[in-house]
Amino acid sequence: MNFNATLIGQMITFVVFVWFCMKYIWPPLMAALEERNARISEGLAAAQRGQQDLEEAQAKVGESINDAKQQAQEIINQAQKRANEIVDEAKDAARDEADKIKVAATADIDQQVNSAREHLRKEVSVIALAGAEQILKREVDANAHAAVLDDLVAQI
Amino acid sequence: MAGSYANSGEYIKHHLTNLTYGQKADGSWGIAHGADEIKEMGFWSINLDSMLFSIGLGMFFLWLFHKAAKKASTDAPTGLQNFIEMIVEFIDDSVRGSFSGKNPLVAPLAMTIFIWVFLMNFMDLIPVDLIPWLAGLLGVPYLKVVPSTDPNITFGMSLTVFALVIYYSIKMKGAGGFFAELAFHPFPKFMMPINLVLEGVTLIAKPVSLALRLFGNLYAGEMIFILIALMYSGGWILGISGGFLQLGWAIFHILIITLQAFIFMTLTIVYLDMASQTDH
Repeated sequence: MNFNATLIGQMITFVVFVWFCMKYIWPPLMAALEERNARISEGLAAAQRGQQDLEEAQAKVGESINDAKQQAQEIINQAQKRANEIVDEAKDAARDEADKIKVAATADIDQQVNSAREHLRKEVSVIALAGAEQILKREVDANAHAAVLDDLVAQI
Repeated sequence: MAGSYANSGEYIKHHLTNLTYGQKADGSWGIAHGADEIKEMGFWSINLDSMLFSIGLGMFFLWLFHKAAKKASTDAPTGLQNFIEMIVEFIDDSVRGSFSGKNPLVAPLAMTIFIWVFLMNFMDLIPVDLIPWLAGLLGVPYLKVVPSTDPNITFGMSLTVFALVIYYSIKMKGAGGFFAELAFHPFPKFMMPINLVLEGVTLIAKPVSLALRLFGNLYAGEMIFILIALMYSGGWILGISGGFLQLGWAIFHILIITLQAFIFMTLTIVYLDMASQTDH
């Protein structure tokens, strides 16, 4: 083991190398590594957030679908109710109309019956007059006996 | 390739000799030939091969990681980028696990140590004769390609770490606090000299063990590679079994070089953590 100036040379070299490493190699590498670590953990957190958001959105979608279903059911129920009401109303209206028609028809019939009766009465009075004329063999003044005839007609 | 040497002893010796530049005994400057000349050069000489490979590998490390640092972004990393970031995260984890305080120096220091020591150790896996042989063709007489088998290199690093330990000890605890830690522990105050000796040894043992552990492991590993390489000149049966041995030892050595780099790094972090802890 011979010690010589190589010892000093090596010490100087060592110091210079460590200085260079400390100044130009270690800091940028460490900075890059730490930055990448941060980026990766950020990415992972973002992924987790995304997952959570997705789950929330899915839950919301389910809720919305349920709401929509309920609303649809309500609308259908209302529509059915309304339809029933309309049918009932239509039935009522039809019944009323039918009643009205029946009443009108009845009135018409009554009127016709009355007019027929009137007509018959007149015919009968004429026939009665003719009969009486023939029986009495003389002319009966229709005008003179109008009051009696009207009386008769009213009695029929 | 050991065939070109007079005997295996010379082969081994040649492989363990650094390419040293310094002032020779006659006053001229030049490259030393053999261990004796290196000894004569004294302290003010330099191991060119150790410095060359150590700086070269360090530059390679810085270039590679700097390239990754420039490209670093928050996008998904690919290929090399991914590999570099994996190492950075591994080191960051190690530092967070062992170092309790906050100090921007520790992590880059740990990374430099880990990668640099690993790369220097890795030179051990290149066949022992390959690079020295190529260099020999260029006229370079000696070449030790594994810088961490040179105690100058390992001590250079461990002493720098030691200086940081002292610096942070004094900075965090104050000079008095640091002295108190050395003097009033583990025995009561009146036994201060004994405490100082005990704690002093503990303190000195840190850089020495750090450097010697790495040096010893790699030196021994290199030695075994050299011994295995010697078998290639012992006929074809020895040569083939040497090939298998080399393969086995290289695979095992992958573990050792990584482990040694990791131990150096971890102990550095732990020592600095101990130096930075104020509540003691």
